[in-house]
Amino acid sequence: MISFSGVAKRYPGGHEALKGVTFSIEQGEFAFVAGHSGAGKSTLLKLIPAIERPSGGAVLVNGQNVGALKRAALPYLRRNLGLVFQDQKLLYDRNVFDNVMLPLAFGELATREAARRARAALEKVGLLAREKANPVQLSGGEQQRLAIARAVVNRPSVLIADEPTANLDAASAAGILEIFAAFNQVGVTVLVATHDETLIGRFARRVLRLAGGSLVP
Amino acid sequence: MRAWLRQHRQALAAAIGKLTAQRAAAALNALVIGIALSLPAGGYALLSSLRVVTQGAALEPQLSVFLQVEAKRPEADALAVKLKNEARVREFRFIPREQALKELQSAEGLSEVVAALGRNPLPDAFVVRPRATDPGALEALARELRALPAVANVQVDSAWARRLGALAGTARLAIALLAALLAFGLVAITFNTIRLQILTQRAEIEISKLIGATDAFIRRPFFYLGALQGLAGGLVALAILWGSLLALNLGVAELAASYGSGFRLAFLDPGDALAVALFSAALGWLGAYLSVSKYLLEIEPR
Repeated sequence: MISFSGVAKRYPGGHEALKGVTFSIEQGEFAFVAGHSGAGKSTLLKLIPAIERPSGGAVLVNGQNVGALKRAALPYLRRNLGLVFQDQKLLYDRNVFDNVMLPLAFGELATREAARRARAALEKVGLLAREKANPVQLSGGEQQRLAIARAVVNRPSVLIADEPTANLDAASAAGILEIFAAFNQVGVTVLVATHDETLIGRFARRVLRLAGGSLVP
Repeated sequence: MRAWLRQHRQALAAAIGKLTAQRAAAALNALVIGIALSLPAGGYALLSSLRVVTQGAALEPQLSVFLQVEAKRPEADALAVKLKNEARVREFRFIPREQALKELQSAEGLSEVVAALGRNPLPDAFVVRPRATDPGALEALARELRALPAVANVQVDSAWARRLGALAGTARLAIALLAALLAFGLVAITFNTIRLQILTQRAEIEISKLIGATDAFIRRPFFYLGALQGLAGGLVALAILWGSLLALNLGVAELAASYGSGFRLAFLDPGDALAVALFSAALGWLGAYLSVSKYLLEIEPR
């Protein structure tokens, strides 16, 4: 499903964020990417949707070398990936419902079917009752749940989350992880980057541990 | 196909939404574009109106051959035969002195003068259209005609009309240059407006790219925005032109009436008016295209 083979990433200026990273994630797997701040977790996740390109090695998603993809092919790769970020990246000039509708706007679905799907996604994360609210009216945990609803509305096969619980209290963080686990149970591959060892311990899944840009046991 | 049409509909709706949300700025932009476009459009309308006047004037060279006042009709007939057999003459028309007098009498303000003369002072005349139009050939033919018996004078006409034609051509060129310059201005205005819009929507563009929007999808609303802004500017230009002509015609009508004419400055015909609006929309689209091509590529998710 996702395979890293000797992947290196060097940023302009010479900083080596990743060095020879090799691993693979099978379809339907749930894995954490753990490590301290600056270990290379975000860089690793950004290589999967080709937000960053590797300096060396190969990143394969469903057998496709994403590092070699042309610019025009990237949207179609990203539509099959659900991305959740620490800062949610929500649009504050529109309501909750319209935020979830955004990925469906450039799809093939008719408006009515898209709306039905957006409400289904909001229901899954427990935000259907707030569909008309503006994201600024939501708590941090709710905003993160909204970001998850937007990430899953296109029914992606992979869900990638970069520090989705970083700014949340323990109860909200656990709630977010429960949502990821629920999606994983229906076959979605989940990859979550976090530095929260308590959370990792609580969910007992595979852990890819990064230190100084390399995978460590 | 249905999804593509839906996306276009949504992009158009988004562009209209943006314009109405920023209606003051949009109105000012349309006004600036409208004022700029109204200048060449006004010049074009003015020339079109003048063309109606100048169309009545002979632009092809012609010779007016005046007989002596005391010349008799047989002498005029003899000259007509001569002109008919002259290879250098394409056609000619005889104007009897009685007809010339009638035309003079019908001219505004001259009827009383003519009546006071007591007799017809005008000679018979021929209006001759030669085959050759170069000045040398014209002058040679005029010289030969002057030497004929009963001919009092030969005048080479239409030089003034040619000058007027040349002047109108220069004016048309000046208007075209002005239109081209102002078109660049319109493109620049739209370019900058769309650039600011792109910067304002930077977060939305970044997020859209992250979640799988194609460049075409992201570009589309900006294209519509540019085209709508151009179209609005074109409509403002037409409104300015219409209002200006309405005001100018008050004075023009008075002036024309003093010459016995019903001349008015005419508004653009529907086809030309539509062309102004569509041309303006196309320039707006071009400005948006250039802006989007430059700035959208610079925005990438981080």
